Amino acid sequence: MNPTHDSVEPADFAFDDASEVEIAKIVPRYPAGKQASAVIPLLYVVQKQMGRLTGSAWVPKVAMDVIAARLGMAPIRVYEVASFYYMFNLRKIGRFHLQLCGTTPCMLRGSDDVMRACKDAAGVKGPGDTSADGLFTLTEVECLGACVNAPVLQVDDDYYEDLDYDRTVALIEALKRGERPTPGSTIGRQTSAAEGGATSLTEL
Amino acid sequence: MPLSDKDRIFTNLYGAQPWNLAAARARGDWDGTAAIVQRGRDAIVEEMKNSGLRGRGGAGFPTGMKWSFMPKATDGRPCYLVVNADESEPGTCKDRDIIRHDPHKLIEGCLIAGSAMGASAGYIYIRGEYANEAKVLQAAIDEAYDAGLLGKNAAGSGYDFELYLHRGAGAYICGEETALIESLEGKKGMPRLKPPFPAAVGLYGCPSTVNNVETIAVVPTILRRGAAWFASFGRPKNSGTKIFCIQGHVNKPCNVEAEMSIPLRELIERYAGGVRGGWDNLMCVIPGGSSTPLLPKHICDDVLMDFDALREHKSGLGTAGVIVMDKSTDIIKAIQRLSAFYKHESCGQCTPCREGMGWVNRMMLRMVEGRAEVDEIDLLEQVTRQIEGHTICALADGGVWPVQGLIRHYRPLMEERIAQYKARSTTRMAAE
Repeated sequence: MNPTHDSVEPADFAFDDASEVEIAKIVPRYPAGKQASAVIPLLYVVQKQMGRLTGSAWVPKVAMDVIAARLGMAPIRVYEVASFYYMFNLRKIGRFHLQLCGTTPCMLRGSDDVMRACKDAAGVKGPGDTSADGLFTLTEVECLGACVNAPVLQVDDDYYEDLDYDRTVALIEALKRGERPTPGSTIGRQTSAAEGGATSLTEL
Repeated sequence: MPLSDKDRIFTNLYGAQPWNLAAARARGDWDGTAAIVQRGRDAIVEEMKNSGLRGRGGAGFPTGMKWSFMPKATDGRPCYLVVNADESEPGTCKDRDIIRHDPHKLIEGCLIAGSAMGASAGYIYIRGEYANEAKVLQAAIDEAYDAGLLGKNAAGSGYDFELYLHRGAGAYICGEETALIESLEGKKGMPRLKPPFPAAVGLYGCPSTVNNVETIAVVPTILRRGAAWFASFGRPKNSGTKIFCIQGHVNKPCNVEAEMSIPLRELIERYAGGVRGGWDNLMCVIPGGSSTPLLPKHICDDVLMDFDALREHKSGLGTAGVIVMDKSTDIIKAIQRLSAFYKHESCGQCTPCREGMGWVNRMMLRMVEGRAEVDEIDLLEQVTRQIEGHTICALADGGVWPVQGLIRHYRPLMEERIAQYKARSTTRMAAE
């Protein structure tokens, strides 16, 4: 994605107080002169702030310029990092970011059904699309690293696991109602333990 | 005799208890840490070598030996421990459980490992998607600082050690150690040419060692219970216990810590409720995460789950992500989806990978349909050989191995698919 190509680019960007609190914790983690290390964390701070203030968690180019100035980097170094890593949204997205894993472990457990449920319930045409009501953007992502709880859908930061068509629809309907179901297994499993009761750590 | 719970290291693997410091101490963490650090780096490295621990991130390099590559005397540059928590190999979700349910094992391991390599600080690089896991780990690090377990005179050991958490942002390539270092320095995650290796020139140009989360998290227990205890599990050179992620077409997918060298069939049947539809319904297993070539059922019947046994079958233990596929699986499609993964994740630095992963995926897409000539199977194989070994890092190798495994074991199926496609198009033509 070309960070310069977007019609909704805001005129300016400034960190708010909540973001400044975060930045004050982040920058001292790196040795003097190595502040560039903070570029990914600061891009997250921007994306979170945009989500908080505008309802769409994305990183406008003007904010990258603000990061560059703050960390003493050439702006191009920030642009290339922002566009290299997949988790930065370089254009406006919906209120909820549906990130569906479609890699083989999830595919084997029915991620195609979850994809269908996302299209049906969220009203998106497919990966990359945002629903007409502006609530949902769907992205097909690569392995999320929760494979024993496949298939997995990540909504913003939260993993919803052990999904099927019906439970995905129920999740999306709940989000529409303004509810935030508890993340984790949707069939009541104890995290990564076997369904119906752990098969190890039972003697402790 | 199956592994008994008292010999399991990760006693809170499923998060049945809280992750916090008080609960961790009750599980035995942070017990006598100062005395362990005070044994000194030579004694710790020697004990780690004797334990036979091999890196748990996929490559299986002996951990004690890796630590011994760090310079003994400082030339003025600081040394760093870097922990690879970028768990992104499809099929792998073990470090996630350590981080969210037993973070203090990892933090204590960082202090001990850091002291054994003369590191003044450690950075844990966690994949960006693990946002909630990162919150837990950061809270556990804060807790450790507040309790004096990190920082100056960490845990009363006389050793000063700082520990920081750093989040990545969704790039598989950052699991490669030098790409991880580049990313941590604030750049695109593109692997470095080696040598120099990180032990000479790593993070910020300083001597560094990159270890996987599970590798570091087992260190305190090994040093408390002794190298001989750890080495008593598994076959020689394959010692210890290991977290396996059993998934796909099994009745009860789960993570489980088991002894190394456990037979694959026993692993699946004892802990994961067996293959869906019974053992005879098994088609094949990818034994160690997406990069490791699949094993058809006749090999799965008696293969042992360790580095050497799986290597004998031209596969590998990798990260121990066990992806089980039953006879309903379209195995060509399952492998093609992995090709798409590697194409997506190529950093674009080396031409054979940047271009080759696309070629392989496009050919695999045609193989799924059967829209190909039979001799194109050989061409595909040849393309994978041209890619393998011709790039800076192992991403491309990992990307072509699954395809090579498919051709090795399921070539007749691929030919059949091509024949079916041809038959369909001939019928269509005849009808027109």
